[in-house]
Amino acid sequence: MNVSRNEGVKDNESSSRKFIISFLSFLITFVLMLLCWLVLSGIFEPLILFLAVISCFLVAYFFSDLLFPSLEAAYIGIFFRFIGYLPWLTWQIVLANFHVLYVTLHPRMKDLIEPQIITFKTNLKSEMAIVTLANSITLTPGTITVTVDSDGVFKVHAIDKASAEGCPGDMLAKVAKIFGETI
Amino acid sequence: MNIIVIALLVFGLFFFLAGGIGIMRMPDFYSRLHPAGKLDTLATLAMVMGLVLYNLNEISLGTILVSIKMFLIVFFVSLASPTATHTIVDAGMRAGLRHWTKKKQRS
Repeated sequence: MNVSRNEGVKDNESSSRKFIISFLSFLITFVLMLLCWLVLSGIFEPLILFLAVISCFLVAYFFSDLLFPSLEAAYIGIFFRFIGYLPWLTWQIVLANFHVLYVTLHPRMKDLIEPQIITFKTNLKSEMAIVTLANSITLTPGTITVTVDSDGVFKVHAIDKASAEGCPGDMLAKVAKIFGETI
Repeated sequence: MNIIVIALLVFGLFFFLAGGIGIMRMPDFYSRLHPAGKLDTLATLAMVMGLVLYNLNEISLGTILVSIKMFLIVFFVSLASPTATHTIVDAGMRAGLRHWTKKKQRS
């Protein structure tokens, strides 16, 4: 009797927590949709705004669990650390672009380049971290991610020795730090 | 202000040109994708930044909205471009194309 009542309380708590989480994901989806609408339309008349709220509400109501399949408190930290990562990534892209530019326009280009495929393994667990690292590697010129699997094994095509050596490097540490994982 | 805008636009154009030259000059399929997929991303970034600065010469709600839309273009290009490059490379790998090396050329 006692046990069953306890279980009932627990169920109640978890269901209310679930409700809060689904409501939060609904709210975030709604706000994002509304922001997109306002930026893309640029018309601030009452009728248009009213239609915007209705359509955003419907879309958010039906599809909020598509955008955020599981919402956790850790996402807030990840989000802000990711924003902090972007300037560094942009700077790296600029630096590496100049390197590829130099290689491309060099008269004896074929002596300079040395295409090779390198394989390395990381201990990244979450899919988001792996995808972020793969896209960062591809964005940084000189290296293209060929294949990735969910165990964190990366196959990377590098255009010359310098790009191949500097490939996982700092980027791996930074991405691991964003998602709070060990390297 | 105009000088910065012109500098950014010329910078972007130069990178686009270099990307085109790179596609012509590189020896094989995989290394051609390096200039094609990525010099373009930075070039797009630079050119759109120039256009945003030019657009913000007179600040009003309309120009700010247009600038945000331009930034959305950069965002989506930089999201889609590496993914597309990766897909093309993956397709080449699945078809069994070997990558170009110096040894192969000598023999």
